[in-house]
Amino acid sequence: MAKQLPTTESHVVVVAEPGEPEIDLKDPRLAAFLAWLVPGLGHVYQGRTGKGVLFFVCIVGTFLYGVYLGDGRVVYASTPSILTRWQYFFQLGVGLPATPALVQRERALDVPPKPPLISDNFMRPPATRGDFRSRDAAGQEVVHPDELAKWNHDLADMFEMGTVYTIVAGLLNLLVICDAFGGPLVIFPPVDKKKRPDQGDTKAEKPS
Amino acid sequence: MIALCSSSVATLCLLAVMGPLRMWYAVPIIVSVSLVYAATRHEAMGSILVHAARFALWIVVFMAIVFAGLQAMSWLQ
Repeated sequence: MAKQLPTTESHVVVVAEPGEPEIDLKDPRLAAFLAWLVPGLGHVYQGRTGKGVLFFVCIVGTFLYGVYLGDGRVVYASTPSILTRWQYFFQLGVGLPATPALVQRERALDVPPKPPLISDNFMRPPATRGDFRSRDAAGQEVVHPDELAKWNHDLADMFEMGTVYTIVAGLLNLLVICDAFGGPLVIFPPVDKKKRPDQGDTKAEKPS
Repeated sequence: MIALCSSSVATLCLLAVMGPLRMWYAVPIIVSVSLVYAATRHEAMGSILVHAARFALWIVVFMAIVFAGLQAMSWLQ
Protein backbone atom coordinates (compact mmCIF):
# COMPACT_ATOMS: atom_id res chain seq x y z
CA MET A 1 0.00 0.00 0.00
CA ALA A 2 0.95 3.62 -0.25
CA LYS A 3 3.18 5.16 2.43
CA GLN A 4 1.16 6.74 5.21
CA LEU A 5 2.07 10.26 6.28
CA PRO A 6 1.29 12.01 9.60
CA THR A 7 -2.46 12.39 9.65
CA THR A 8 -5.03 14.57 11.32
CA GLU A 9 -7.74 13.20 13.62
CA SER A 10 -10.22 12.27 10.91
CA HIS A 11 -8.10 12.34 7.72
CA VAL A 12 -5.57 9.83 6.46
CA VAL A 13 -2.91 11.19 4.12
CA VAL A 14 -0.72 8.93 1.98
CA VAL A 15 1.77 9.29 -0.83
CA ALA A 16 2.04 6.63 -3.54
CA GLU A 17 5.48 7.30 -4.98
CA PRO A 18 8.11 10.00 -4.70
CA GLY A 19 7.16 12.81 -7.06
CA GLU A 20 3.46 11.94 -7.06
CA PRO A 21 0.94 14.12 -5.21
CA GLU A 22 -0.07 13.47 -1.61
CA ILE A 23 -3.52 11.91 -1.27
CA ASP A 24 -6.03 12.89 1.38
CA LEU A 25 -8.07 9.73 1.90
CA LYS A 26 -10.42 11.56 4.33
CA ASP A 27 -12.51 8.80 5.95
CA PRO A 28 -11.21 5.63 4.20
CA ARG A 29 -14.13 3.45 5.33
CA LEU A 30 -16.74 5.83 4.00
CA ALA A 31 -14.71 6.21 0.79
CA ALA A 32 -14.57 2.41 0.38
CA PHE A 33 -18.34 2.12 0.89
CA LEU A 34 -19.01 4.90 -1.63
CA ALA A 35 -16.61 3.22 -4.07
CA TRP A 36 -18.63 0.01 -3.81
CA LEU A 37 -21.96 1.85 -4.09
CA VAL A 38 -21.05 3.65 -7.31
CA PRO A 39 -17.67 2.92 -8.95
CA GLY A 40 -15.51 6.05 -8.66
CA LEU A 41 -17.74 7.85 -6.14
CA GLY A 42 -15.31 7.16 -3.29
CA HIS A 43 -12.53 8.86 -5.24
CA VAL A 44 -14.72 11.85 -6.05
CA TYR A 45 -15.46 12.13 -2.30
CA GLN A 46 -11.69 12.17 -1.66
CA GLY A 47 -11.18 14.88 -4.26
CA ARG A 48 -9.51 12.49 -6.73
CA THR A 49 -11.99 13.43 -9.43
CA GLY A 50 -9.94 12.38 -12.46
CA LYS A 51 -9.49 8.85 -11.20
CA GLY A 52 -13.11 8.74 -10.07
CA VAL A 53 -14.35 9.57 -13.55
CA LEU A 54 -11.92 7.06 -15.08
CA PHE A 55 -13.14 4.29 -12.79
CA PHE A 56 -16.78 5.14 -13.37
CA VAL A 57 -16.47 5.17 -17.15
CA CYS A 58 -14.40 1.97 -17.32
CA ILE A 59 -16.33 -0.13 -14.80
CA VAL A 60 -19.88 1.00 -15.42
CA GLY A 61 -19.17 0.99 -19.17
CA THR A 62 -17.89 -2.60 -18.99
CA PHE A 63 -20.86 -3.65 -16.87
CA LEU A 64 -23.46 -2.03 -19.13
CA TYR A 65 -21.81 -3.43 -22.25
CA GLY A 66 -22.01 -6.89 -20.69
CA VAL A 67 -25.69 -6.36 -19.87
CA TYR A 68 -26.26 -5.21 -23.46
CA LEU A 69 -24.47 -8.25 -24.92
CA GLY A 70 -26.54 -10.56 -22.73
CA ASP A 71 -29.79 -8.78 -23.60
CA GLY A 72 -30.31 -7.81 -19.94
CA ARG A 73 -30.50 -11.44 -18.83
CA VAL A 74 -26.98 -12.15 -17.58
CA VAL A 75 -27.29 -10.28 -14.26
CA TYR A 76 -29.82 -11.99 -12.03
CA ALA A 77 -30.11 -13.45 -8.55
CA SER A 78 -31.37 -17.01 -8.90
CA THR A 79 -34.37 -18.59 -7.24
CA PRO A 80 -35.13 -20.49 -5.06
CA SER A 81 -31.49 -20.59 -3.88
CA ILE A 82 -29.50 -17.45 -4.52
CA LEU A 83 -26.30 -19.54 -4.51
CA THR A 84 -27.17 -21.25 -7.80
CA ARG A 85 -26.12 -18.21 -9.79
CA TRP A 86 -22.71 -17.78 -8.12
CA GLN A 87 -21.64 -15.32 -10.79
CA TYR A 88 -24.02 -12.76 -9.29
CA PHE A 89 -21.84 -12.36 -6.20
CA PHE A 90 -19.00 -11.10 -8.40
CA GLN A 91 -21.37 -8.94 -10.45
CA LEU A 92 -22.59 -7.41 -7.19
CA GLY A 93 -19.10 -5.93 -6.82
CA VAL A 94 -20.18 -2.99 -8.99
CA GLY A 95 -22.67 -1.97 -6.30
CA LEU A 96 -25.91 -0.16 -7.14
CA PRO A 97 -25.98 -1.05 -10.87
CA ALA A 98 -26.36 -4.74 -9.93
CA THR A 99 -28.77 -4.38 -7.00
CA PRO A 100 -32.04 -4.29 -9.06
CA ALA A 101 -31.51 -8.04 -9.48
CA LEU A 102 -32.21 -8.48 -5.75
CA VAL A 103 -35.49 -6.57 -6.08
CA GLN A 104 -36.43 -8.68 -9.10
CA ARG A 105 -35.67 -11.84 -7.14
CA GLU A 106 -37.90 -10.77 -4.25
CA ARG A 107 -40.73 -9.96 -6.67
CA ALA A 108 -40.36 -13.36 -8.34
CA LEU A 109 -40.46 -15.12 -4.94
CA ASP A 110 -43.64 -13.34 -3.82
CA VAL A 111 -46.84 -15.41 -3.69
CA PRO A 112 -48.33 -14.84 -6.18
CA PRO A 113 -45.24 -13.60 -8.10
CA LYS A 114 -45.26 -9.90 -8.93
CA PRO A 115 -44.54 -8.79 -12.49
CA PRO A 116 -40.89 -7.80 -13.13
CA LEU A 117 -39.82 -4.17 -12.79
CA ILE A 118 -39.26 -1.95 -15.85
CA SER A 119 -39.25 -4.70 -18.47
CA ASP A 120 -39.28 -8.46 -18.88
CA ASN A 121 -35.54 -8.72 -19.59
CA PHE A 122 -34.24 -6.44 -16.84
CA MET A 123 -32.24 -8.57 -14.35
CA ARG A 124 -35.16 -10.95 -13.81
CA PRO A 125 -34.40 -14.51 -12.63
CA PRO A 126 -35.34 -17.23 -15.12
CA ALA A 127 -38.58 -19.10 -14.56
CA THR A 128 -38.32 -22.77 -13.72
CA ARG A 129 -41.87 -23.76 -14.71
CA GLY A 130 -43.64 -23.13 -17.96
CA ASP A 131 -43.54 -23.93 -21.63
CA PHE A 132 -40.31 -22.67 -23.19
CA ARG A 133 -39.86 -23.00 -26.93
CA SER A 134 -37.73 -21.30 -29.55
CA ARG A 135 -36.54 -21.95 -33.08
CA ASP A 136 -33.02 -22.89 -34.10
CA ALA A 137 -31.10 -21.65 -37.14
CA ALA A 138 -32.75 -24.26 -39.37
CA GLY A 139 -36.22 -23.17 -38.30
CA GLN A 140 -36.86 -26.26 -36.20
CA GLU A 141 -38.76 -25.81 -32.97
CA VAL A 142 -36.71 -26.47 -29.83
CA VAL A 143 -38.36 -27.31 -26.51
CA HIS A 144 -36.38 -26.24 -23.44
CA PRO A 145 -36.59 -27.74 -19.94
CA ASP A 146 -36.50 -24.31 -18.29
CA GLU A 147 -36.15 -20.63 -19.17
CA LEU A 148 -32.42 -20.53 -18.46
CA ALA A 149 -31.87 -23.18 -21.13
CA LYS A 150 -33.93 -21.06 -23.53
CA TRP A 151 -31.81 -17.98 -22.80
CA ASN A 152 -28.61 -19.96 -23.36
CA HIS A 153 -29.97 -21.29 -26.63
CA ASP A 154 -31.29 -17.96 -27.93
CA LEU A 155 -28.32 -15.82 -26.91
CA ALA A 156 -25.72 -18.51 -27.69
CA ASP A 157 -22.19 -17.35 -26.80
CA MET A 158 -23.34 -13.81 -26.02
CA PHE A 159 -24.80 -15.12 -22.77
CA GLU A 160 -21.32 -16.20 -21.65
CA MET A 161 -19.70 -13.07 -23.10
CA GLY A 162 -22.08 -10.80 -21.21
CA THR A 163 -21.55 -12.80 -18.03
CA VAL A 164 -17.77 -12.46 -18.35
CA TYR A 165 -18.00 -8.71 -18.94
CA THR A 166 -20.23 -8.12 -15.92
CA ILE A 167 -18.10 -10.36 -13.66
CA VAL A 168 -14.91 -8.57 -14.71
CA ALA A 169 -16.56 -5.22 -13.97
CA GLY A 170 -17.45 -6.41 -10.46
CA LEU A 171 -13.95 -7.74 -9.81
CA LEU A 172 -12.35 -4.54 -11.08
CA ASN A 173 -14.41 -2.56 -8.60
CA LEU A 174 -12.85 -4.57 -5.77
CA LEU A 175 -9.48 -3.12 -6.81
CA VAL A 176 -11.06 0.33 -6.85
CA ILE A 177 -12.48 -0.16 -3.34
CA CYS A 178 -8.98 -1.08 -2.08
CA ASP A 179 -7.56 2.01 -3.80
CA ALA A 180 -10.17 4.23 -2.14
CA PHE A 181 -9.46 2.66 1.26
CA GLY A 182 -5.66 2.64 1.27
CA GLY A 183 -4.39 4.59 -1.72
CA PRO A 184 -2.47 3.23 -4.71
CA LEU A 185 -0.84 -0.16 -4.24
CA VAL A 186 2.85 0.16 -5.08
CA ILE A 187 4.31 -3.31 -5.54
CA PHE A 188 7.72 -2.26 -6.82
CA PRO A 189 8.73 1.12 -5.39
CA PRO A 190 11.07 2.96 -7.78
CA VAL A 191 14.72 2.39 -6.87
CA ASP A 192 16.83 5.51 -6.63
CA LYS A 193 19.90 4.55 -8.64
CA LYS A 194 21.88 7.62 -7.61
CA LYS A 195 23.29 6.96 -4.17
CA ARG A 196 23.08 9.74 -1.68
CA PRO A 197 26.40 11.03 -0.32
CA ASP A 198 25.62 9.84 3.23
CA GLN A 199 25.09 6.23 2.05
CA GLY A 200 28.60 5.68 0.66
CA ASP A 201 29.91 2.36 -0.71
CA THR A 202 28.98 -0.49 1.63
CA LYS A 203 31.75 -2.76 0.26
CA ALA A 204 34.39 -0.18 0.99
CA GLU A 205 33.21 0.15 4.60
CA LYS A 206 33.73 -3.57 5.32
CA PRO A 207 36.98 -4.34 7.13
CA SER A 208 39.44 -6.20 4.92
CA MET B 1 9.83 -26.07 -40.78
CA ILE B 2 8.05 -25.05 -43.96
CA ALA B 3 4.94 -26.88 -42.79
CA LEU B 4 5.13 -25.10 -39.43
CA CYS B 5 5.49 -21.67 -41.05
CA SER B 6 2.79 -22.28 -43.61
CA SER B 7 0.34 -23.56 -41.04
CA SER B 8 1.11 -20.54 -38.84
CA VAL B 9 0.43 -18.23 -41.75
CA ALA B 10 -2.73 -20.18 -42.54
CA THR B 11 -3.89 -19.86 -38.94
CA LEU B 12 -3.22 -16.13 -38.94
CA CYS B 13 -5.13 -15.79 -42.22
CA LEU B 14 -7.99 -17.76 -40.72
CA LEU B 15 -7.96 -15.50 -37.67
CA ALA B 16 -7.89 -12.45 -39.91
CA VAL B 17 -10.98 -13.68 -41.71
CA MET B 18 -13.04 -15.03 -38.82
CA GLY B 19 -11.27 -13.26 -35.97
CA PRO B 20 -13.12 -9.96 -36.13
CA LEU B 21 -16.31 -11.77 -35.24
CA ARG B 22 -15.05 -12.84 -31.84
CA MET B 23 -11.62 -11.36 -31.14
CA TRP B 24 -12.87 -7.79 -31.18
CA TYR B 25 -14.84 -8.50 -28.02
CA ALA B 26 -11.49 -8.67 -26.22
CA VAL B 27 -10.56 -5.08 -27.03
CA PRO B 28 -12.97 -3.20 -24.71
CA ILE B 29 -12.19 -5.48 -21.80
CA ILE B 30 -8.41 -5.21 -22.31
CA VAL B 31 -8.67 -1.41 -22.38
CA SER B 32 -10.89 -1.34 -19.31
CA VAL B 33 -8.82 -3.80 -17.26
CA SER B 34 -5.49 -2.17 -18.11
CA LEU B 35 -6.74 1.33 -17.30
CA VAL B 36 -8.32 0.35 -13.98
CA TYR B 37 -5.36 -1.79 -12.94
CA ALA B 38 -2.88 0.97 -13.77
CA ALA B 39 -4.99 3.57 -11.99
CA THR B 40 -4.90 1.53 -8.78
CA ARG B 41 -1.11 1.72 -8.82
CA HIS B 42 -0.48 5.38 -9.64
CA GLU B 43 -2.01 8.74 -8.86
CA ALA B 44 -0.72 10.92 -11.71
CA MET B 45 -2.65 10.54 -14.98
CA GLY B 46 0.54 10.39 -17.07
CA SER B 47 1.90 7.45 -15.07
CA ILE B 48 -1.49 5.73 -15.29
CA LEU B 49 -1.62 5.95 -19.09
CA VAL B 50 1.97 4.73 -19.53
CA HIS B 51 1.40 1.79 -17.16
CA ALA B 52 -1.93 0.99 -18.85
CA ALA B 53 -0.31 0.89 -22.30
CA ARG B 54 2.43 -1.43 -21.05
CA PHE B 55 -0.07 -3.66 -19.25
CA ALA B 56 -2.36 -3.87 -22.29
CA LEU B 57 0.61 -4.92 -24.43
CA TRP B 58 1.52 -7.52 -21.81
CA ILE B 59 -2.04 -8.94 -21.90
CA VAL B 60 -1.99 -9.16 -25.70
CA VAL B 61 1.40 -10.90 -25.68
CA PHE B 62 0.19 -13.30 -22.97
CA MET B 63 -2.92 -14.12 -25.01
CA ALA B 64 -0.77 -14.66 -28.09
CA ILE B 65 1.49 -17.05 -26.16
CA VAL B 66 -1.51 -19.01 -24.87
CA PHE B 67 -2.94 -19.09 -28.40
CA ALA B 68 0.37 -20.33 -29.78
CA GLY B 69 0.54 -23.01 -27.09
CA LEU B 70 -2.96 -24.22 -27.84
CA GLN B 71 -2.24 -24.17 -31.56
CA ALA B 72 0.95 -26.18 -31.04
CA MET B 73 -0.97 -28.75 -29.00
CA SER B 74 -3.58 -29.04 -31.73
CA TRP B 75 -0.79 -29.82 -34.21
CA LEU B 76 0.54 -32.55 -31.92
CA GLN B 77 -2.81 -34.31 -31.75
